[in-house]
Amino acid sequence: MKAAKFDYEAPASLDEALSRLAENGGKPVSGGQSMGPMLNMRLATPDLLVDLRRLDELNGYSQGDGKLVVGAAVTHAQVEDGALPDVTKGMMASVASDIAYRPVRTRGTIGGSLCHADPAADWPSALTALDATLVVAGTGGTRRIGIDDFLLGAFAIALNEGEVLIAVEIPVLSDAARWGYFKFCRKTGEFAETICGVVFDPANDIRRVVLGALGGAPKRLGELEDRLGDGIPGVNGIAAAIDALDIAFEPAQLVMHNTAVRRALRQAFGS
Amino acid sequence: MSDSGIGARVKRKEDERHLHGRGRFVSDILLPNLHDVAFLRSPLAHGRIRGIDIPDDLKSQVYTAADLADVTPVRAVATVPGFKASDFPPLATDKVRYAGEAIAMCVARTRAEAEDMVDLLRPDLEELPAVCDVEAAVQSGSALVHEDWGDNFFLDAVVGGDLGDLEKTAPVIVEREYKMARQVMNPMEGKAVLAHWDDTASQLVVYTSTQVPHSIRSGLSMCLGLAEEKIRVIAPDVGGGFGYKCILQPEEICVAWLALKRRHPVRWIEDRREHLTAGANTREHYYKVKAFADERGKLLGLDATVTISVGAYSVWPFTAVIEAGQAGGNLPGPYAFGKYRCRTVSVATNKPPFTPYRGVARPGVCFAMDLTIDAVAREVGREPHEVRAENLVQPEQMPFTNVTNKFYDSGDYPAGVREAVEKIDVAGIRGRQQQGEPDGRLIGVGFATYVEQTAHGRPVFGAWGIAVVPGYENASVKLTADGGLEIRVGVQSHGQGMETTLAQIANTELGIPLDRITVIHGDTGTTPFSTGTYASRGIVMAGGAVATCCRELIPRMAPIAAHFLQCKPDEVRLEGGMMKGPSGEVPLADVGRAWYLRPDQLPEEINESGLEVVMGYKPGIETGVFGYATHAVTVAVDPDLGQVEILDYVIVEDCGTLINPMVVEGQTYGGAAQGIGTALYEEMPYSPQGQPLASTLADYILPGPTEVPKIRIFHTETPSPYTTHGQKGVGEGGAIAPHAAIGNAINDALKPLGAEVGETPMTPHRILDAIQAAKAKAAAE
Ligand SMILES: Cc1cc2nc3c(=O)[nH]c(=O)nc-3n(C[C@H](O)[C@H](O)[C@H](O)COP(=O)(O)OP(=O)(O)OC[C@H]3O[C@@H](n4cnc5c(N)ncnc54)[C@H](O)[C@@H]3O)c2cc1C
Repeated sequence: MKAAKFDYEAPASLDEALSRLAENGGKPVSGGQSMGPMLNMRLATPDLLVDLRRLDELNGYSQGDGKLVVGAAVTHAQVEDGALPDVTKGMMASVASDIAYRPVRTRGTIGGSLCHADPAADWPSALTALDATLVVAGTGGTRRIGIDDFLLGAFAIALNEGEVLIAVEIPVLSDAARWGYFKFCRKTGEFAETICGVVFDPANDIRRVVLGALGGAPKRLGELEDRLGDGIPGVNGIAAAIDALDIAFEPAQLVMHNTAVRRALRQAFGS
Repeated sequence: MSDSGIGARVKRKEDERHLHGRGRFVSDILLPNLHDVAFLRSPLAHGRIRGIDIPDDLKSQVYTAADLADVTPVRAVATVPGFKASDFPPLATDKVRYAGEAIAMCVARTRAEAEDMVDLLRPDLEELPAVCDVEAAVQSGSALVHEDWGDNFFLDAVVGGDLGDLEKTAPVIVEREYKMARQVMNPMEGKAVLAHWDDTASQLVVYTSTQVPHSIRSGLSMCLGLAEEKIRVIAPDVGGGFGYKCILQPEEICVAWLALKRRHPVRWIEDRREHLTAGANTREHYYKVKAFADERGKLLGLDATVTISVGAYSVWPFTAVIEAGQAGGNLPGPYAFGKYRCRTVSVATNKPPFTPYRGVARPGVCFAMDLTIDAVAREVGREPHEVRAENLVQPEQMPFTNVTNKFYDSGDYPAGVREAVEKIDVAGIRGRQQQGEPDGRLIGVGFATYVEQTAHGRPVFGAWGIAVVPGYENASVKLTADGGLEIRVGVQSHGQGMETTLAQIANTELGIPLDRITVIHGDTGTTPFSTGTYASRGIVMAGGAVATCCRELIPRMAPIAAHFLQCKPDEVRLEGGMMKGPSGEVPLADVGRAWYLRPDQLPEEINESGLEVVMGYKPGIETGVFGYATHAVTVAVDPDLGQVEILDYVIVEDCGTLINPMVVEGQTYGGAAQGIGTALYEEMPYSPQGQPLASTLADYILPGPTEVPKIRIFHTETPSPYTTHGQKGVGEGGAIAPHAAIGNAINDALKPLGAEVGETPMTPHRILDAIQAAKAKAAAE
């Protein structure tokens, strides 16, 4: 199929972009790796696309105050290639390198991935495990929002009309921090059947076990998080924590999720 | 062996253009005032059409069945007793019978604008209950795809019959059920058709992405009521067919009709979404198999039912029943046993019309048969490859007529298994299994062996009584005035490398260098008739026809050469590309130049038939020549994820004389990749309402470079006694066995858990379900 007719603009500044979005009710576009297919299948039929990719405010990074602030238009490939300082002991680069395949990674952006909020995508789960904070801008100014509150469900996020995501704040992990990330796909570049991200960094007050590729937003496994640091939870503990989510999984799905959590924990804490 | 004739590993002539992006496919063809077509397709699987609301300002650009009233619907018949035919209108008339069926066509300057129009049409459909489940479809009281039939059977037939008292006497009885998913063929290029009226030639010119241009011409002539000489069908470069493009497509009829109507060029280019949703038309097979064997696992007989969901309509010319015909006839495969009964049920459903896909039914029957062989082996506690080899037709039985009357012309089937056993290293794998894997995965090894009936002709297709039966294959060869050769064939080469292999055959016959041989194909205006490229018939039929023409050319050249050589024509022989006489030689260029340009130099009495030869050919037997192969695969199964990794893949194949081993290997790799897709990835699921659920390639998973392992191919060469050079077809074979070999390997790996799979694709979910079911069963016992 071919996209329905739309206008395209690439404003020179964030303010201009925000005012275009506010006036015309257009849609932002970054890497286009999710927007492109939606346009072509006419699932999205915006009158106007506002391209955010080249805005200064959404590119590059800054570091300070115990966090790395990453522009929303930074691509998966830039993260993979080490264009950012490594504040996560290799976790972000590792996650990035396993998203889709290289041509998608050279265009797709962190911000686009979070705003698209596909339950099976990587950044929503990985950045929830990292307890990221998101910086959002609208015509009225900017605000910060924790990722747990930002991801509302499948393809649903806490952005108001006309707002855009401009940056993601990542805590600088301590030397003692541990992480694990396990994802299972049927083939390279395919969306995940299960994802588990684990980050344990008491110095930053991060104790997170996140299960992704669910029907909606990623979920934290609270029962396991409370016990992180006391050795690796056993098989039964993992099963109970997943049970506590109270989601009706098919039996095979449940096996996969259990395996993902087991393997992510093992990666984080060794065998 | 010469360095460019039969047997040489020469690079394909066609790769030069393809690797430089200079191929010319239908969508590369641009003509002045070309318009694009988009189809309004049915959103429902089954519904009555009450009307279509077309905005007034679009009426001159939108066409429905009412406009095509003068078009004869496609009616693909077979004379098999009990077969029910169906009318397949190019645009739906009273009812829609599958989601994706074309209802209207919109024509505009661009495809995007045509799609805008589609969005504005409002079809008024009354939803009817969808017939999707084959079990429910055959119950009385089911909704009917074709009401006038009274039931949903295209055909219900039985092959074989008497099983004697095996039920009582057989020492071992193994029963299994298998299922093959509904699949989509996914050639890289989808369907595409461009048509225009050529006033100069007074012809309707139809460029179409087809395997069978001459057959399409006959089909269009029939549907449009336009005489054949008024139609020219051209298949330019075609990006894969696999069977998807061997039938007359409703869109071909629509676009051809529109070009006649509007008198400007129009085209329609299928997109992937249309392909996936409206083209899910193959391999939904269901098997119930009961095998009778002795204590050693030697098969005594087989009782089977094969049910096929053939979709809504019978396709032209192959019909809704050749899949079942091939299934019933080929289920015994390479195995020799005495008693057989197979019921084949072809069920009409509200899904796209079934089209035979690479391997035609044999990928299904190989899966059922070879998984059953392994199940029997497990039952009697023996190594599956040993049981397999013992059950095969043995070399001393050749030629062999099997239980379904198939005539296996030549080969040593068990030798292929033995070689595969050695190459895949069964002994090593068994040792490794004993030790276990450090990562906790389970490894397994599996085999599958098949025969590939190729280039079958009149007796097979004639018995079905379908509209197009392949008989004599035609070719022409023409010596040019400077000693080169033009070959014209009616088959179409769309990945088979025939521009190269046919030239290699001519090179062997005439000694003309490959770069002086041009192969022309795919155009009814320039090539002799052929029913087309399918049934792995190209190299046997067109290859045989080219060789026959070349051989006829020699006596035509001899008198001309004899004149220059001052000898008698029968003293002239062709050697090393030169006409040689008792004293001296002349190059073919001299012969050509004399005949075409300087006939004044020739004596009065010369054979005036000239140096352009058209001949027909058929092989010594028309029941087909049988290639064969064994696939062997080692897999690792992760029992906690259901993930399968292919660790090693070996193919030992025999397609008779190898015309070009690299081309054979290319065909085999490609087929095996598709078989790996069948095994592990590809599936078009349907909702109970008949909605196709995998509408993008994110949902319909194809194997990619990371999923297709390095495949090790080994050749043996048992020439067929019945073809010009001993060649047998090989185009389909690679796709027949992978899922059977992989299924057996998975089941070998899962054996310690007591679990077994029997449904394609063997997804992580299905493997985990099988493990869970085995656990539940063990707990209950
Ligand atoms: C073949 C393929 C395979 C893929 N595999 C994976 C995978 O394995 N794992 C994975 O995680 N992802 C995968 N993806 C998705 C990919 O990572 C995309 O890059 C990502 O989903 C979207 O990022 P984008 O920059 O391309 O966003 P776009 O497509 O440009 O936009 C996506 C959505 O976000 C909105 N948006 C974009 N930027 C902003 C912003 N700054 N503020 C507000 N809204 C915004 C858009 O309006 C749109 O609704 C795959 C994609 C493809 C095509």
